[in-house]
Amino acid sequence: MDALDVSRWQFGITTVYHFIFVPLTIGLAPLIAVIQTVWVATGNPAWYRLTKFFGKLFLINFAIGVATGIVQEFQFGMNWSEYSRFVGDIFGAPLAFEGLIAFFFESTFIGLWIFGWSRLPRLVHLACIWIVAFGVNASAYFIIAANSFMQHPVGAKFNPESGRAELVDFGALLTNNTAIWAFLHAVTASLLTAGAFVAGISAWLMVRSHKRAEEVEARTMYRPATILGSFVALVAAVGLLATGDVQGKLMFVQQPMKMASAESLCHTETDPDFSILTVGTHNNCDSITRVLEVPYVLPFLAESKFSGVTLGGVEDLQQQAEEKFGPGNYRPNLFATYWAFRVMIGLLLVPVAFALLSLWLTRGGRIPDQRWYGTFALLTIPTPFLASSAGWIFTEMGRQPWVVVPNPTGDPMVRMVVQDGVSNNAAGTVLFSLAVFTLLYGALAVAWFFLMRRYVTEGPLEHDSEPAPPTPPDKDDVAPLSFAY
Amino acid sequence: MALHELWFYLIAVLFLGFLVLEGFDFGVGMLMAPLGSAGEGDTDDRRRAVLNTIGPVWDANEVWLITAGAAMFAAFPNWYATLFSALYLPLLAILFGMILRVVGIEWRGKINDPQWRRWADIGIALGSWLPAILWGVAFAILLRGLPIDADGQSKAGIGDVLSPYTLLGGLATASLFAFYGSVFIALKTSGTIRDDALRFGRGLSIPAIGLAGGFGLWTQLAYGRPWTWIALGVAVVALLVAVALVWQGIREGWAFASTVVVVAAVTVLIFGSMYPNLLPSTLNPDWNVTVENGASTPYTLRIMTWASLALLPLVLMYQGWTYWVFRKRISADGIPASIGLSRRPS
Repeated sequence: MDALDVSRWQFGITTVYHFIFVPLTIGLAPLIAVIQTVWVATGNPAWYRLTKFFGKLFLINFAIGVATGIVQEFQFGMNWSEYSRFVGDIFGAPLAFEGLIAFFFESTFIGLWIFGWSRLPRLVHLACIWIVAFGVNASAYFIIAANSFMQHPVGAKFNPESGRAELVDFGALLTNNTAIWAFLHAVTASLLTAGAFVAGISAWLMVRSHKRAEEVEARTMYRPATILGSFVALVAAVGLLATGDVQGKLMFVQQPMKMASAESLCHTETDPDFSILTVGTHNNCDSITRVLEVPYVLPFLAESKFSGVTLGGVEDLQQQAEEKFGPGNYRPNLFATYWAFRVMIGLLLVPVAFALLSLWLTRGGRIPDQRWYGTFALLTIPTPFLASSAGWIFTEMGRQPWVVVPNPTGDPMVRMVVQDGVSNNAAGTVLFSLAVFTLLYGALAVAWFFLMRRYVTEGPLEHDSEPAPPTPPDKDDVAPLSFAY
Repeated sequence: MALHELWFYLIAVLFLGFLVLEGFDFGVGMLMAPLGSAGEGDTDDRRRAVLNTIGPVWDANEVWLITAGAAMFAAFPNWYATLFSALYLPLLAILFGMILRVVGIEWRGKINDPQWRRWADIGIALGSWLPAILWGVAFAILLRGLPIDADGQSKAGIGDVLSPYTLLGGLATASLFAFYGSVFIALKTSGTIRDDALRFGRGLSIPAIGLAGGFGLWTQLAYGRPWTWIALGVAVVALLVAVALVWQGIREGWAFASTVVVVAAVTVLIFGSMYPNLLPSTLNPDWNVTVENGASTPYTLRIMTWASLALLPLVLMYQGWTYWVFRKRISADGIPASIGLSRRPS
C-alpha cells in the first residue's frame, strides 16, 4: 500500500466513525428541545425527567462527536495538502463559517445548558438548547456545502496562472442544489436516527416496566416518548424518501457514473430495470449475473417517467471520460457503490416498520408488554446509523476516482483526481497515524457503548424527578452548583 | 491595508483568543490531578472542584482553535497545506491529546468508580500536557522555518521539529500555561483549594519566568522587529506583576488579568516577529510562504472579512455572558455529590 491508499483508508475510517455519532447529535438536539419545551409549557415533571434522561445520552454522544470532529479539519491539511492548496480558496470558507456560526453557538450554549439548570431563568435555559439545535444543524449545512463542492463544483473558476481553482460566486456555492438537497437528506436521516433512538429506548423501557412495577413511569414517560419518537421517525422517513429522490435525479445529471455504478448498469440502455440482487465480482462488468429485477423503477428514479429514459452505462461513460480527461480508470468500485446503495435503502424499512408497529401497539392508551417487541425496539436503534454510514460510503465511493468531480456544465478545469490531492507523506508515517486513530477510536467506541448502555438500562433517574429550586439571590461569593462534572 | 494583511492580523487574533482562553484550560487540566491530591480533603471532590472551574466554558474556548485552523485554510491555503502536512506527527500527537481531553472531561463524572476516574484523569492530564507543550513547539517552528522547496513542499526532519529553540518554545508554553492555570484556579475557587492553588502558583512562577522569559528573549533577538521589544517588555512586566501578586496571595483577579496580558503579549511577539512571512524556508528565502504568496483571492478574503467582522463581536458577547453567569467561586466542600452511576446496575 502506498501513502495514497493508506490516506484514503484513514480518511474513510475516521469520517465514517465520526458520522456514527453526528446524526444522533443533529437529530436528538431538536428532539430534546421539543421535550423540554413541553415541560416548560405544561410543567409536567415527567417531561422534565425525559429531558434529563435523553439529555445525558445526548451529552455522552456529543463529546465523542466533538472529539472526532477536530481530526476531520486537520486531516485536509495533513493528508490532502495538494487538494487543500488546489481548492483552499473555495473549500476553506464554508469551514470557517462553520466555526464562526455553528461551532461557537453550539459549544457555548451547550455549556450554559449543562450547567445552567436552576441558574438561568427557565425560558432562557430553554432557549439555550434551541440554540444548540440550531448550531448543530448549521454545522451540517456548511460542511455539506463544502462536500457538495467536491461532488458538483459550482461558483468556481480555474486560474491558469496560479494553477488553482478560485471562488467567483460564494452565493452559488451556498445555494448549490446538490448541497441543499444533501443537507435536507442528512437532516431528515438524523431525525429518523434520533426518532428511532428515542422510540426504541422508550419502547424497551416500556416493555420492561411490567416486570418492575413502573406503571406510572410507563404511562407518563415511556409511552408518550415512544409515540413522539415514532411520529418523528415516520415523518422523517417520508422526508428522507422525498429528498433522496430529488438527490438521485440530480445525480443522474451531475454524476451519471455514480448512478450507473449504483445500478451496476454496464452499458447504456433505454428503460433499464432496477436491480435488486446481482451476483458477481461487480468490479468486472462481464461477471455480473442479474438475479432479481424490477421494471419501471429506474426510469422513474431518474426522470419521474416510466419509460423513454436512456441511462448511461459504466463502460460507455468510461469511454466518454477518457475522451474528455485522458486515459485513466474513471469507474468507481462497483461492488461498494451497488451494495451501499441497497443497504442504505433497505435498512430504512426497519425503523419504519417499528414506528408503525409502535403506534399500533400503543393505541388507545395500551402499554405493550410483548418481549419480542422490546427486542425489536433494541434491534431497530442501530439500523438508521448503519443506513447513514452506507449512504455516505455510497456518496464518497461513488465519487471516485475524483476528489473534485468535474461539473458537466461548469468550468471543466475545476477537477481533481484523488491521487493528485494527497500529501507527500511517507506511507509508513500515515500507516502509523492510521494505527493510532484505529486503536484510539476502538477504545473510545467501547467506552461510549458501555456508557450509553449503562445509562439506558438505568432509565430516568430518581434524582431527576423534579427540578432543583432556582438559585437564591447571590450573597455569598461561592456558587452552589446545581450540576457538576 | 490590503486584505491579505488584514487576514494575517485576524488569524493572529483568533490564535490569541485560543491561547488566552484555552491556555488556562490546559493549565487546569495539567494541575487537576496533582492539586487534587496535594491537600486536605477528599481527593476526588478536590479534583472535581478544579475541573468544574472550566466546566461550562472549555468547549467554547477550544472552538477558537477550530476557527483559527479553518481561517488559515480559507485565507492562506498554501500556509495551511504546507504547515499541516510537514508537521504531520506533532499534529497527530496534538489531536491524540485533544481527543482524550474532550472525552476525559465529559465522561469522567458519568461513572462513580475510582478506576474509571483514574482513566479519565490520565486522559485529561495527557490531553492537557501534550498540546500545552506542542503548541509552543509549533509556534517556534513557525518562526524558525522548515526546509520548504521551490514547489512549496517540505519534508520536516526530526531536527527541524526538535531543535533547542523549538524545545524551549514547548517548555515555555507548558510552564506558562501551568502557572496561568494555577492563577485561574485560585481566582475561581475558595477554601483550601484556593490556598493550594496559590502555593502551586508560587512554585510554578519560577520555571514560568525562566522558560517563558528565555523563549521570549531568544525570539526577540533571533526573529524580532524593533517594535516587538515593546511586546516583550509588556509580557515581562505583566508576568512579574502576576508573580508578585501570587507570592503575596492577594488579588487573584489582578494576577489573572496580568497573566492574560502575558499570554496576549507573547502571542503578539510571535506573530509580530513572523510578519510578513507565514512560514520561512530554511533552504532559500525566495521559497518562504508569505502573506502575499500564501493568500486566497481578494474575493474570498472579502467575504470572510464581512463574516468575521459581523460574527466575532457577537461571539465575544455571548461568550463573555457565559463567564458572567458562572462568575462565582467553587469550593470542594460545596460541590454537589457526583450524580454518576455505579459501574454496574445495583
